[in-house]
Formats: sequence, C-alpha cells, structure tokens
Amino acid sequence: MGNKTRKARLVVIGNGMAGIRTVEELLKMAPDLYEITVFGDEPHPNYNRILLTPVLAGEMRLEETILNDHDWYQEHGITLRTGCLVTQIDRVRRQVITAQGEKVPYDRVLIATGAAAALAPIPGNDLPGVYSYRDMRDVEALTQVSADGGEAVIIGAGLLGLEVAHGLNARGMQVTVVHRRAWPLDKQLDARGGALLRQAIEARGIRFLMERESAAVLGTDRVEGLQFQDGSQIPAQIVVMTVGIRPRIALAQAAGLACEQGILVSDTLQTYDPRIYAVGECVQHRGMTYGLVAPLFEQAKVAANHLAEYGRMRYQGSVTSTKLKVTGIELFSAGDFLGGEGTEELTLLDAHQGIYKKVVLQGDTITGILLYGDTSIGPWLFEYLRDKNNVASLRDHLLFGETHLGDAGHAGVNQAARLADSAEICGCNGVSKGQIVRAIRDGLFTLEEVRKCTKASASCGSCTGLVEQLLVSTLGGVYDSSARKKALCGCTDYSHQEVRDAIRKEKLLSVRDVFRYLDWRHPGGCATCRPAVNYYVRTAWPAESKDDPSARFINERAHANIQKDGTYSVVPRIYGGVTTPAELKRIAEVAERHAVPMVKFTGGQRLDLLGVRKEKLPLIWAELDMPSGYAYGKALRTVKSCVGKEFCRFGVQDSTQLAIDLEKNLERMWAPHKVKLGASGCPRNCAESTIKDVGVIGVDSGWEIYVGGNGGMKVRAADLLAKVKTEAEVIQISKAFLQMYREDAQYLERTAPWVERVGLEQIKSRVIDDLAQRVELAERLDFAIAQEKDPWAEAVSGRLDIHAAPLRRVSA
Amino acid sequence: MEWFPLGRIDEVPLGGGRYVETPAGQIAVLCNEAGELFAVHNRCPHRGGPLSEGFVSGKTVFCPLHNWQIDLESGQALPPDQGCVKTFPLKTEGEEIWLGLPEMQS
Repeated sequence: MGNKTRKARLVVIGNGMAGIRTVEELLKMAPDLYEITVFGDEPHPNYNRILLTPVLAGEMRLEETILNDHDWYQEHGITLRTGCLVTQIDRVRRQVITAQGEKVPYDRVLIATGAAAALAPIPGNDLPGVYSYRDMRDVEALTQVSADGGEAVIIGAGLLGLEVAHGLNARGMQVTVVHRRAWPLDKQLDARGGALLRQAIEARGIRFLMERESAAVLGTDRVEGLQFQDGSQIPAQIVVMTVGIRPRIALAQAAGLACEQGILVSDTLQTYDPRIYAVGECVQHRGMTYGLVAPLFEQAKVAANHLAEYGRMRYQGSVTSTKLKVTGIELFSAGDFLGGEGTEELTLLDAHQGIYKKVVLQGDTITGILLYGDTSIGPWLFEYLRDKNNVASLRDHLLFGETHLGDAGHAGVNQAARLADSAEICGCNGVSKGQIVRAIRDGLFTLEEVRKCTKASASCGSCTGLVEQLLVSTLGGVYDSSARKKALCGCTDYSHQEVRDAIRKEKLLSVRDVFRYLDWRHPGGCATCRPAVNYYVRTAWPAESKDDPSARFINERAHANIQKDGTYSVVPRIYGGVTTPAELKRIAEVAERHAVPMVKFTGGQRLDLLGVRKEKLPLIWAELDMPSGYAYGKALRTVKSCVGKEFCRFGVQDSTQLAIDLEKNLERMWAPHKVKLGASGCPRNCAESTIKDVGVIGVDSGWEIYVGGNGGMKVRAADLLAKVKTEAEVIQISKAFLQMYREDAQYLERTAPWVERVGLEQIKSRVIDDLAQRVELAERLDFAIAQEKDPWAEAVSGRLDIHAAPLRRVSA
Repeated sequence: MEWFPLGRIDEVPLGGGRYVETPAGQIAVLCNEAGELFAVHNRCPHRGGPLSEGFVSGKTVFCPLHNWQIDLESGQALPPDQGCVKTFPLKTEGEEIWLGLPEMQS
C-alpha cells in the first residue's frame, strides 16, 4: 500500500453487527495496519439487533444490548461517526462523502450497510402511524406510541411480524396480524405446523386474519384503519409493515459497483472494485443473500483475513437452517421441509402437547427438517442433512433423536427453555442455565463462544444440545448452528479434514511442519490441536514421521494414567484376561514391595496398580516384566472375554483364544480415541460384545462381528457388521474396520458416533463387500503397528525417557 | 534471593516441562516452543494438577488434569477460571538453568 510512513485508511460504512465484527476480526489479526473510521447512520454504537424484541416487549433496556460501547472504539483508536450518513463513494478520488458534505479519503472501504425494511406498496403507506420494524429507532417509536394502547395491525406474519406482535401485545395493545398466505411463518412451516403455531399465538390474545391482501392504509392525517382487496376494513391506530427486507445497495449502485439483489461479492468478499469490500445483509454471494448472524460472522472473518493482507481464506457460502423462538414457541426448520414428488415423510404429531416433527427423506438421505414444539434434535438431524449422510439404519428412531435407553442424565431434559434459571446445564463444570443465558445476553453468538466464556459443554460435551437450545431461545431467529465450519481448534480456521488432506498431500511429517505450513495462529498450538495433529501425522506417515512426545497428553507421554493426586496407575497387558499363578505372584510381589496403595480389576478385566509416583514407574515396569496395557492411551485397550467353550457348558466357540489372538494382533495400535473389544463364546454374550467398539459373538456356525457399540457416556448398541466362519476372518475384518476408523474418524471421535456419521453401509462396502480393500486396509494397519515398540520395554532399556525423575533436587 | 543450578537447557523439552524438588516445594520448569523458560509452583490452583506435565504454548501452560490455562508471566489463570500460581525467577548462564529462590530463614 505504498507509503510506509502513514497507516492505510480503512473506511467502514455501517456500524452494525457485520461491519464491527469484521473490524474486531481485523484487529485480532493486524491491530496496527489501518487507521479506521466507522460511519453509522444510527445514533448508537454497535448494538445487538437480535435483542430488538426483548427491548420492545419491555424485558430489556437499550443499554443492555450494546455490544461495543464508545470506550471500545476509543481504545482501539477507531474514529466513530454516529448519526452520519455516507451518501457517495468517489472511487476516482478514493474518498467517501457524507450527507454533510464532508470528504474522507480511503485506501480500503468496507460496506456493511445491512438491509432496510420493505414497505407494502399500497396507498397510505406513508401516513403517520405506519411503522417498519428494523432498528432501534423503530423500537423507540413503537414503544412511545404503544403507551396509549389501542389497536395495532401487523402486515406480514413472518418472523419479524410475529415478534413485533408479541412485543406490542406485551405493551397492552390489541394486536391483529394480517397475512396473505394461509398460515403464519409459511417460509418456515408447513400447514400443519402453521396451525399449531397459530393456535399457540392466539392463546396469547393475538388475532390473525389470514389470506387477506391489504389494499390501502386508511386515514387522512394519520392511520385510522386498513382496507383489504375484498373491500372489508379493520380499524387501527398503528400499522406495522413487516413484509420483508431489502439489502441497502443504493450507495454501492451509485458508485458503479455491480449489484443485483445485493452488492455482488466474490469469495474474498470483494466487490467489483477490489479496494471495496462488503459484508453482511447487503451482499449477494453466489446468488444468495443472508440474514442470519452466523453466515455474516463467517463473512466477517474472511473479509478481515483479506483486509489484514493474509489473503488465505475463501467464503464459500453457508448452508443455513432456521431455528426460531417466536414468542416462546420453539421451531426449527431446514432444507426442503415441504417434501413432494420423489420424497417420503416421517412425521409425529402430538397436538395436545403442541409437538410436531417432520423429516423429509429422499432415498436414504434427509432433505428437509421441520420441528415444532420440541426442537432438541434439530442440530443432530441437521448434520445429516448438511453432510448428506446415509440414515437408513437410523430411520426407526430419527424422530426421537440420538437418545437411547439408559442414556443416563441426558434423557428427558430436552426443553431447556422450560428449565429454571438455577437448573444445572453442564454437570462437568457446574454451569447453570441462568449463567449461560446472562453470558449470551452479554454478547455471545456461537457455541464456541459460550464454551470459552462459561465452560458450559466444554468438557464431555453431552449438554451441547441444551446449550444450543439456550442460544436459540435467547438469541431468537438469528442464531444459526449450521454455518460453523468446524475448525480444528482456536489456533486455525482449517477443519480436521482440511488439516489431514494437507498432511497427506504435502507430506508433512511433524506437528511443527503442519503448524508452520498451515500458518497456525499460535506457533505452539494448544491442548486440542497438538495431540490431534500428531495423531494425523502419525496415521498418514507411520514410517516416515516421528512421534512427538511434546504433542502427547501426559498419559501417553508417561505411558501411565495420571490420577487426581498426580500419581499414576499401572495396567500391564494380560492378553484376553488370561494369566498364570506365576504372573499373579510377580504382580503381587511388585505391588507389595512398592507399597502400591490400591490393586483393583479394571472394567476391562485387567489388573490396575493405583497410586504409583512417577519416579517409580520405570522400576515397576522393569520388575513386572510385562508389556504396557495401554490403559492410558487413545489406543487399543483390552479385549474382554468370557470363558468360552473350553470350560463353559453353553459355549459354542473358543472366545478366550480369539480374545488373546485379537489382542496380540492389535496391541500397540493408536487410534482417534480409546478402542475396546469384546469376545463372547455364545449368544448369552457375557463379554458384553454389543457395547464394544468391535465385539464378536460366537454362534454355532461361526462368529458375528458387531461394531460401533458404546457403554460409556452414551449407550449405543453395536451394529451387526458381518457373520463369518473363521477366526482369521474375524481378525482381518476387525483390522480393516479399525484401519478405516483410524483413517477417517476425527481425533477424539469414538467409533459409535463415527459409525453413525459415515453410515454402516459405507463401512460394509469397504470392509466386507470389497475384499481387495479389506486386505489393503488390514495391511496398512499391520504396517502401522509394526512401527510401534512396547514403550515400557523401551523405557526400561533406556531408549525412551519419560522424565520420571525430577530435573534436580535442590536442598537449601 | 539465592540461585541454584537446575541442569542444562536441553533437559527441558520444548513445549513441555520438568519438575524440581526444592525446599519451597515442587516447582515446574517450563519451556515454550520458542525456547523461553518459566518457573511456577507445580500445583494448578484448581485441583493441584502437576503443571510440569502440561502443554506449554506461548506464555500459557495447559493443566493436564482439567485443562485450566495459566499465564506463565503473571501466574494468573486465564478467564473464565480464576486462581493464581506463584512464579519464580529463572536465568540461564551458557547452557545452565538457574532458579532463584527467596532466602530461607534458618
């Protein structure tokens, strides 16, 4: 940008949420690059437009909706010009001109003028008493006029219309909503859902007039009523028009920038003049305009990246769903929820409870979702819709969500809005509903932000759905869970898959290389990305790459499981759970000699020596003289077994031997998460194979192989993958399945959610139907395991240093 | 202030740490990816987790038990968590790390 002695000048036109978010993102990346001037035609600093309705309804005050107060602008050296309208962009002289005739030069412009309310094109729409509902000015005017009570008519039963109806009703006016279609929210609901919604709203004293075309606003000096095309009339002291919004593009058009519905922008959010960027509701990207907050924030991030001269990111559009909370009514819809030719519908209707659920299927994929009254499964379904995943195996419980029997602590709490403020939402971190709602009102918009600020759902994640519901019910229609492209962590904008692709394509052989190549924001990464990236590098290049201990969690670095008091637990490998008297004696002697505080059996039938100090680990390993049981790792843990046919009078297969063989074949296998196997010798299934990542059950003719089971946080019964005759087939198929999981699942994704995500059919096609692929997968796993050595033996021999001893003992 | 030699710089892994036993209790000696060294009391203010076993990135250590993040210059936990861990001065002479401890009253 030429002259280095002065900063480049950035002029931001529009002081709303999209524009200021871009500035915030820009300041994070390049705090000193620009001298920034912000023009806003409203008199306020940036406020949270999502909260207009709570202000109108008298539940909040304007000051509480401010996102960036005047001090913020000052602290960041930003010149803020409120109440100041930019009327012209002179692209030749590179200056913007205000209504007052002031000229401000620029190097870059960001247009974020948003959208304006459209007025119904009928006579009388300019009479005093006709309002739109779009910004704080409208709210202030409506607050004032509603103080006298009287009759209000709302034209348009869309989201904004119903919200303003709610607000004016709360202020004591008689409210009638007029709509040209047969039911309210016809863009978000079908006829049946619309009927339920209408009932619920009418119960609050709001009247509907459906299928009426407005013809004219009546009155001479001010509004007196509304006349319809059929000639009928209703009286009104005020008329509020909520018939749509229109991107504000006049300024851009006058400057000669290409516009259609909105200002046309490229994937870099640049207009036809590359010095001029545009974000938010005023833009049109690949034919789409957006009004939800999440897509706008995504645009903000990309625009900021380019303004900061990083030039890396592209905006590729957002798939959106609508989740609304209209006057206390929960609603979620996405995709083509009306269905039609070539589609099927699954529906559930409980009119008494006001619950209606509908999933539209095309073949085995979801193409539309409509949830009314209970939206808790919305985000879950939406992932299938967005990713076009096969749902054939889920079909019989799609309408009920991913909850299962025995889903301890998660079932039955699907109505976050009905919970008391004191109700605990996040059990891991002890965060109540009230705390979360307050934090959201203080200016949070996304799940990630709530996690960061309150810790809710940041640990085990099982309350994520509830937190999302709170976001929806607090933010209303603008919250959109869908647009979040899942970045691996806060250190990067790349997703898990993008990082993996780069590792493979560019042959990146270390965590540091990945961080450098992909421009990690923190060169040291964080506790989330370091282990994940290390895993991806190791899986992609098992022979060429080197394991990075500094990217391993302490457990996998110390090869023992850290306990709450900083001591460790030691679990030696006992294949299949079969031991000998001599081995047991040795373990007992080691435990006694070192006064191990507790010896217990683990859930997977192994022995655990608990309470060992780090310093003692190598010595204990040496004395045990057994391989590591990997009980601390994202790795193969144990193969649990029942006695089987050798002793058991019911047994039909030798499950103990198979368990031993499986464990010997798979030991030292690292994985995205822990992997537990089970082998039962008959259908009584005493090894609980149906809640294991891979479980086998002996039957008379051979073995049944089950995958994707889980008995932990969320119980999931495993799916039957195949029925085979021989042990060799069991081992080969287990290997192929696990290798596919290792190559495809995200780090920290267990097999249960992974199987649901990719679908059993896809797994079968690669692991069962295609023998060549099965062999290749199994060979790749063998190769990866062959690169691993038993870490305990390595430590005992001195080839691996786990830093057991202190660096120094300092004595005074 | 009394200074004690701890060992060589390369004995502390980049991005991680070691612990030392001292009359003032266990102290974590931490090293970030750029080779900067820090010393703090080896007890997370949350539940006493050993910070010497955490990830170090920039000026932050992540506690291995519950992932609290501690600023290594101030010793303060990063929001939303609240708490503080004592910091100690370090210096290097050649390859040797030295830890400064307040003088003991005898």
